[in-house]
Amino acid sequence: MLRFLTATPNKEQIFKIKVFIFALCLVPLSRLIWLGFHDDLSANPIEFVERSTGFWALFILLATLALTPIRLVTGRVWQIQLRRMLGLFMFFYACLHIITYVWLDFGFVWADITKDIAKHPRILVGFAAFVLTIPLAATSTNGMVRRLRDHWKQLHRLVYAIAILAVVHFWWLVKKDIREPLLYAIILAVLLGIRIYYKKSKQLKPGLNRNVS
Amino acid sequence: MLIQKKSDIVPSEITPKEVFDNRREFIQKAGFGLLAGAAVLSPALQAATLSSGTTEGAGRLVGRANTPPPLTIRSHQKISGYNKTAYGAGEKLTPYDNITTYNNYYEFGTDKSEPAIQSKLFKPTPWTIAVEGEVKKNKTINIEDLYKLAPLEERIYRMRCVEGWSMVIPWIGFPLAQLIKWAEPNGNAKYVEFISKADRQEMPGTNIPILDWPYNEGLRMDEAMNPLTIMAVGLYGEQLPNQNGAPIRLVVPWKYGFKGAKAIVKIRFTDKMPQTSWMKAGPNEYGFYANVNPQVEHPRWTQSSEKRIGAGLFAGRIKTQMFNGYTEQVGQMYAGMDLRKYF
Repeated sequence: MLRFLTATPNKEQIFKIKVFIFALCLVPLSRLIWLGFHDDLSANPIEFVERSTGFWALFILLATLALTPIRLVTGRVWQIQLRRMLGLFMFFYACLHIITYVWLDFGFVWADITKDIAKHPRILVGFAAFVLTIPLAATSTNGMVRRLRDHWKQLHRLVYAIAILAVVHFWWLVKKDIREPLLYAIILAVLLGIRIYYKKSKQLKPGLNRNVS
Repeated sequence: MLIQKKSDIVPSEITPKEVFDNRREFIQKAGFGLLAGAAVLSPALQAATLSSGTTEGAGRLVGRANTPPPLTIRSHQKISGYNKTAYGAGEKLTPYDNITTYNNYYEFGTDKSEPAIQSKLFKPTPWTIAVEGEVKKNKTINIEDLYKLAPLEERIYRMRCVEGWSMVIPWIGFPLAQLIKWAEPNGNAKYVEFISKADRQEMPGTNIPILDWPYNEGLRMDEAMNPLTIMAVGLYGEQLPNQNGAPIRLVVPWKYGFKGAKAIVKIRFTDKMPQTSWMKAGPNEYGFYANVNPQVEHPRWTQSSEKRIGAGLFAGRIKTQMFNGYTEQVGQMYAGMDLRKYF
């Protein structure tokens, strides 16, 4: 039973896991389409779709950011192979989120959209987060990883900024009941905190060795 | 003159309402285990309270056929004898289902779908409103007498929420001015404060300090006396559902929705401007006046346009009107005021 948790899956198993997660990531979209056809997207359907796509973009982003902490804490590495797919699904839901906003909410009236972005900090940070995801999605192919070499890793550190902006975007949305955004802020803080902790302890060790010698 | 808009709600549309409610309930029960417990319990509890509380009323009902039935406030209880008015002629009404399942009523939870579920244990009867402050003498009035205070009218009003959405609601109520006349404020009364119920058992949201409970709102005396301002006791020809502010609430159609205090238990006349719950929660976001104004931006939401609830996924936005389209009736009260400062 527990072997399932500790064993490293082989290539074939990883393929199956990927197919499963791929299908899982399409569930939120399928649900929206289902509810849409059954006229069940609440009294405020535009807001419903905006919230739902935004939530899933953030959820998948946090899932993506959990893969490295799992490696740091448990030492297992195979799950890193899921990172690109999850990252791209985050981008997919972020795109749906933006399309809903620009099309269904604002009917492509660019003057109103620019005004909305400029006047409301909450929209501005959300928009900034989305813009930053574009280069990451564009450089997600193997070819781009090879071409950019060390720069690739630097560029993809943007994901930390994106995550912080996304949580702030959600935080500023709620009027008074901050419990839900607070939860995501804590999860993000833990995920980033683990990285910082391991980085610090790694940096400390060579220093200590030098003192000893 | 007469509102023929009633044709929007054909009987066939009204009938599935219960079916819809049942389905909603079912979905929500399936979703939340704990809530389901409360939802299942509530009809039994409600039945118990009603039967124990109205034995005398029941006797009267059986005894004399021509006396009106005793006032028991339950959902889908029809209100008889109200007058139609010309307000809102030509407006397309927001469907009943939307009005009763999309509510900002933090006493029953901060999610808009929560009040419809969480308010099932709420008891809107018996009910009294206490009147105090700058009045000749402190008084109380019960809900039965409030129903008789003035002829009930149907007022179809637009309601614009500060969050950028709006509805058209056929309220039933009477002018607040009538209640004020009964309350007999003295010469010092410059403002009216409305205090809502905050019962920790019946209103689970009040256990969490999200707002400074009890919820309170306020109006300037002239705003309160304006003929547009009503105390609502019903909508769509029925007594107010719990999630919409039963048994009695304030409706001020040219102001953002949060000004409409629900389940009012106390009215206080003051000489100073009251500090309302939302003013305390966000002084730079929510002002005392909170007049609908497309020219004054809010830090979170676009105020120049709005989404009409019930219009569907592809309906887009409509332009927000100054004073929510009621400038003719209320504009003169704010002549010469800097509405950016007094937002």
